[in-house]
Amino acid sequence: MSNVQIMTGNQAAAIGVKLSNVQVISAYPITPQTSLTEAISQFVEGGELKAEYIRVESEHSVLAVCISASAVGARVFTSTSSHGLLYMHEQLHWAAGSRLPIVMCCVNRGVGAPWSIFNDQQDSVAQRDTGWIQIYCRNNQEIIDTLIQAYRIAEAVYVPVMVCYDGFVLSHTMMPVEVPDADLVKDFLPPYKPHMILSPEDPRNINPVIFPWRRQDPEGVLRDGYMELRYKLQKATEGARDIIVATNRAYTEVFGRDHGGMLWTYRADDAEVILTAMGSLASEATVAADMLREREIKAGVVGIRVFRPFPKEEVREVFGNRCAIFVFEKDISYGYEGALCSDLKAAFYGTGSRAPIHNYIVGLGGRDVKARELAEATLSSLEAIASGTTEPETTWLNCDTYLPGSEVRGQGLGDRRQEEKCRINYSRSIKKNICCRGTGPARGVASP
Amino acid sequence: MLPGNRSCQGCGLSLAYRYLLKALRGNTILTIPASCLTVLHGLYPTTSVAIPCLNCTFPSTAASASGLVAGLNALNRTDITVVAVAGDGGTYDIGIQALSGAAERETDFIFVCYDNEAYMNTGTQRSSATPMGALTTTTPILTKQQKKKDMLKIMDAHDLPYLASASSAFPLDLYNKFVRAKRIKGTRYIQISAPCPPGWIYPPKDTVKIGRLSVETGIVVLFEIEDGKFRFTGRSKTLAEKGSRLPIINYLERQGRFRKMSIEQLTQLQKWVDLRWNEYLRRAA
Ligand SMILES: Cc1ncc(C[n+]2csc(CCOP(=O)(O)OP(=O)(O)O)c2C)c(N)n1
Ligand code: SF4
Ligand SMILES: [Mg+2]
Repeated sequence: MSNVQIMTGNQAAAIGVKLSNVQVISAYPITPQTSLTEAISQFVEGGELKAEYIRVESEHSVLAVCISASAVGARVFTSTSSHGLLYMHEQLHWAAGSRLPIVMCCVNRGVGAPWSIFNDQQDSVAQRDTGWIQIYCRNNQEIIDTLIQAYRIAEAVYVPVMVCYDGFVLSHTMMPVEVPDADLVKDFLPPYKPHMILSPEDPRNINPVIFPWRRQDPEGVLRDGYMELRYKLQKATEGARDIIVATNRAYTEVFGRDHGGMLWTYRADDAEVILTAMGSLASEATVAADMLREREIKAGVVGIRVFRPFPKEEVREVFGNRCAIFVFEKDISYGYEGALCSDLKAAFYGTGSRAPIHNYIVGLGGRDVKARELAEATLSSLEAIASGTTEPETTWLNCDTYLPGSEVRGQGLGDRRQEEKCRINYSRSIKKNICCRGTGPARGVASP
Repeated sequence: MLPGNRSCQGCGLSLAYRYLLKALRGNTILTIPASCLTVLHGLYPTTSVAIPCLNCTFPSTAASASGLVAGLNALNRTDITVVAVAGDGGTYDIGIQALSGAAERETDFIFVCYDNEAYMNTGTQRSSATPMGALTTTTPILTKQQKKKDMLKIMDAHDLPYLASASSAFPLDLYNKFVRAKRIKGTRYIQISAPCPPGWIYPPKDTVKIGRLSVETGIVVLFEIEDGKFRFTGRSKTLAEKGSRLPIINYLERQGRFRKMSIEQLTQLQKWVDLRWNEYLRRAA
């Protein structure tokens, strides 16, 4: 029997936490994650979820609580956004280094200075190298389903999982969500078996000082040094790929919903042009692909669902020999380009792929980005490629890139030519299509 | 504590640690941040302490303890005592936020601060627990200009069920305080003055002597506060009854770290020690 309810992304996540029978929760308020922790408080105080809820005084402490509770053998959850995630940075490394299956929701939000409470993905992308698995959701259904999958993945490989979804665009937007059956979730998710022992019956010193080299224990057995432990974390994270794929498959069998394992595609089979992105931006790209198809451009979408471990093999397979690849992302690696774009290019290295790759930085700090604009950007890139540009510069979409003192007026808002081109390129029917779309914050925008 | 550990010769911390672990006995889980204690616990894969211990990051000791308590509660293992042990840096400075939070949440654990009055593990840098007039590697010429933070007062303001001040030079007094603390529920705070030969600059054989002098002069005061009731304990109780404290110079002159202390600083410090002593006397009355 299906149980479809209309809810926000944060409500979906809270129900996912409840269904996963989490035992310890710790969280700290930050927009746009707050309503998730409020919903969980309701469950715990209302007796719907039997769990310890530790309302600490900072995000650094949040993760300390999760680390310790997970170490003694409890299933734990936390969530945060933006500055909260950055404040956890030290603890993110500590959690992964401890090999604890902590699951966290990162409700993506831009980072200061200056203050922005609006959505982009700079917060979690900046934590790429902390040893956490990162999964990006494209809608509220995927949030609830991914959360349940995340525990199974984390507890199989002993690597923490960050379930990322876009602030406001998903967290505060109502969508229909089918709530999985509690008993089925229970079967899908066996109880957590801790891999470390922290009990008076068998005293151990966990995470002590470790030397660069390997050392013998009192029985003369050579034990790991720091690098061996790091290598094991790397192998576990790489190996998580198979677990993620298998978990998604098993989930599909039980619950009938397939969100893709490492990535998903849309109209990609015969596509000559691929648009790629993470999170809700990728579903926006599917609308853009439809528009481009109407213009008789064979466009398709690859949604990168798992950013770490990076889906290198899948990317190589699915991107194959395309005419052009457009990477849209809500982050920037200052001094270079978008982090996703760099990773994709690295994955293509050695495949002989000569497809031009054009990187678009979009939606930083919540700057609006519509499917129409993604389609227009694709068209202008295609034009540039047709006129011989194989490696166009990174484009900041919908951004006035005029710098005082510079002669050249850059691309984006201020570019007259581009505006004109868009006018020429679009039929009325497409425009009508565009007008029906448009997402935005559904509930009050709180202070940072 | 097993024989042989990595602390320095004459380490006041290693003495105190031995006594407090004896008093706590089994059924305890420890959490410790980066500090000399991490080094004392040994290098992977060996350890000098046969009690389960979770190492945590430098700022997070009390939050780490909160997580242990929460996890154990969730698993219905409420028989275990959770004990956090941090240095003065990990308590007065970088750990104060997490500690204040855990205390306000009435977390059921014992927080131990061993106070060696500087960041010793990183080589004797100034902390907010360093006393006025002391040389450290970050106050190498002028000495520390400000007085020591009164952490006991701060923790007392949290209205704890149990708070105590102890010294590694008075084992029985220290032992009794841990036995008492273990029986009480809620956040318990015990601060131990732990002399440190390389940091305080005195010969390792004098650790107990220095520790005793700190109490004789009233620089360190042995007391406990249970449910708001203040009591002098051990040697400080005797001193309070007899009114026979030594001038602080007797304590200071034996340590190289005070060799550049000015007369004004000495007078100021003596005044502060007297003032606080009188405050304690009033509370005990
Ligand atoms: C966030 C962070 N900052 C700095 C350090 C470096 N550090 C490690 S131990 C230590 C000093 C510890 O001082 P204290 O807490 O007084 O303990 P002690 O070493 O004196 O026993 C410092 C500064 C660290 N580990 N983590
Ligand atoms: S530096 Fe001081 S506190 Fe640290 S181990 Fe040596 S004597 Fe003990
Ligand atoms: Mg210290």
